[in-house]
Amino acid sequence: MAGLLAKERIIAGPGFNRWLVPPAALAIHLSIGMAYGFSVFWLPLSRAIGITQPVACPADLGLFARIFATTCDWKISTLGWMYTLFFVFLGSSAAAFGRWLEREGPRKAGVVAAFCWGGGFLISALGVHLHQIWMLWLGSGVIGGCGLGLGYISPVSTLIKWFPDRRGMATGMAIMGFGGGAMIGSPLANLLMNHFKTPSSVGVLETFVAMGAIYFVAMLCGAFGYRLPPPDWKPAGWTPPASQANAMITDRQVPVSRAWRTPQFWLLWTVLCMNVSAGIGVIGMASPMLQEVFGGRLIGIAGALKDLAEDQRVQVATIGAGFAALLSLFNIAGRIFWASLSDYLGRKRTYLVFFSLGMVLYSLAPFAGKIGSVPLFVAIFCVILTMYGGGFATVPAYLADMFGTLHVGAIHGRLLTAWSMAGILGPVLVNYIREFQIARGVPNAQAYNTTMYILAGLLVIGFFANLAVKPVAERYYMTDAELAAERQLAHEAAARKG
Amino acid sequence: MSTPGINDEWRPSFASWVLVAVAWTLVGIPLAWGIYRTLQTAVKLFR
Repeated sequence: MAGLLAKERIIAGPGFNRWLVPPAALAIHLSIGMAYGFSVFWLPLSRAIGITQPVACPADLGLFARIFATTCDWKISTLGWMYTLFFVFLGSSAAAFGRWLEREGPRKAGVVAAFCWGGGFLISALGVHLHQIWMLWLGSGVIGGCGLGLGYISPVSTLIKWFPDRRGMATGMAIMGFGGGAMIGSPLANLLMNHFKTPSSVGVLETFVAMGAIYFVAMLCGAFGYRLPPPDWKPAGWTPPASQANAMITDRQVPVSRAWRTPQFWLLWTVLCMNVSAGIGVIGMASPMLQEVFGGRLIGIAGALKDLAEDQRVQVATIGAGFAALLSLFNIAGRIFWASLSDYLGRKRTYLVFFSLGMVLYSLAPFAGKIGSVPLFVAIFCVILTMYGGGFATVPAYLADMFGTLHVGAIHGRLLTAWSMAGILGPVLVNYIREFQIARGVPNAQAYNTTMYILAGLLVIGFFANLAVKPVAERYYMTDAELAAERQLAHEAAARKG
Repeated sequence: MSTPGINDEWRPSFASWVLVAVAWTLVGIPLAWGIYRTLQTAVKLFR
């Protein structure tokens, strides 16, 4: 009897409806997408001891002692390390466990992801109880980060196999969930913290426990909803296009061990890294940029942001928050829109659009600020954010087109290290360039201009990397004998488990 | 063109479409709530 989680156990029978797989994938991606919304916990956690006001640590307390201190509050910059750990461990675990996922199947990977993500919340809750920051870093950052990586890649190859006719749309639906997770998680966390807070607690501990339990159940439901199609399954009424019709879509297979040695892998790695670096850079600065570039004009008053009264600044900050929310909507809409469109345009052309249109829009943003056009400025950033999300959602289908579907989950896992790199590169570039500009006496409102031109420069690199992508050379493909051997190994593994 | 005898038995039944509707509703309701909450914040940009 095959184990409940075994790959062989989840092969669908006749009559199974493939449209049941995307909601299963969404359940997992909407849960792990809360990683983007973790900043909602920073302020309450920064006064976990003081409750109404943060209790500062003694100035002479060393870095190591601060990590274990139980009598003073954590700084927001200390808590922010959780966010960095999320994305470092997302990329690393996706790269490390991608091959395991292909071997063991998506259900087992989804269940492990549920334990890591839900369990990470529980360890963090214990960390809040004992007031040990390292437990939050370990629980949510490291263990939760591994859950993010496994959960993120768990449905990719399954969806591509169920939707060979609409690969982009299928993976776009799941990856849209990762973009939308914080939209549910952040307001939910606020509701729960308000419900649980007392005069002696900020309510984060109980919120972590509740959210850990909710996400654990949702992710288990998703993992148990995964089904694999039988080998050589095709959608009713669909026949694969002849491989000669489009050289950029192969019907052959490249194993993960060879895929990452191909120039195509590293070109696509560069494509993803540049697209994400530029996008992350914009996400981080979009709201302060709007406020500093337009200042009082956002509320119909002449004057720069620094000249406004406190209540006027609050009004401008509220508008900035509205702008950030609007961008997050365009981010998730772009994931499904561009990924679906890539099924018709082709992946290479879709990325050519991202990079060429992106270069124009990034370069145009300072002009929109100069002429004082808020609608043009907002429209530019909304379109940019659709292409940031679209880049994430289209890349699994691009990989399947180039390397085949057999190991696409594992190959995608390794490619996600580009995301980890971009998570460092984008914010570092944006922050250092801005500080450098301000130090040289450039006014705050204009300090973003050079940054935007440099981000456009990243897109130029991505444009040429994408342009250089050609079909994979013959020597990298699996031979018929290798494919037969792989199937035999899988068959023997199934027999052992049975 | 479909492959007779292989693809036809995979045509989903009516009951499976009901299950699809239930599954999409379960993930769609929280997503719609999240989008609604985000829209409430986003409209402040246009006031």
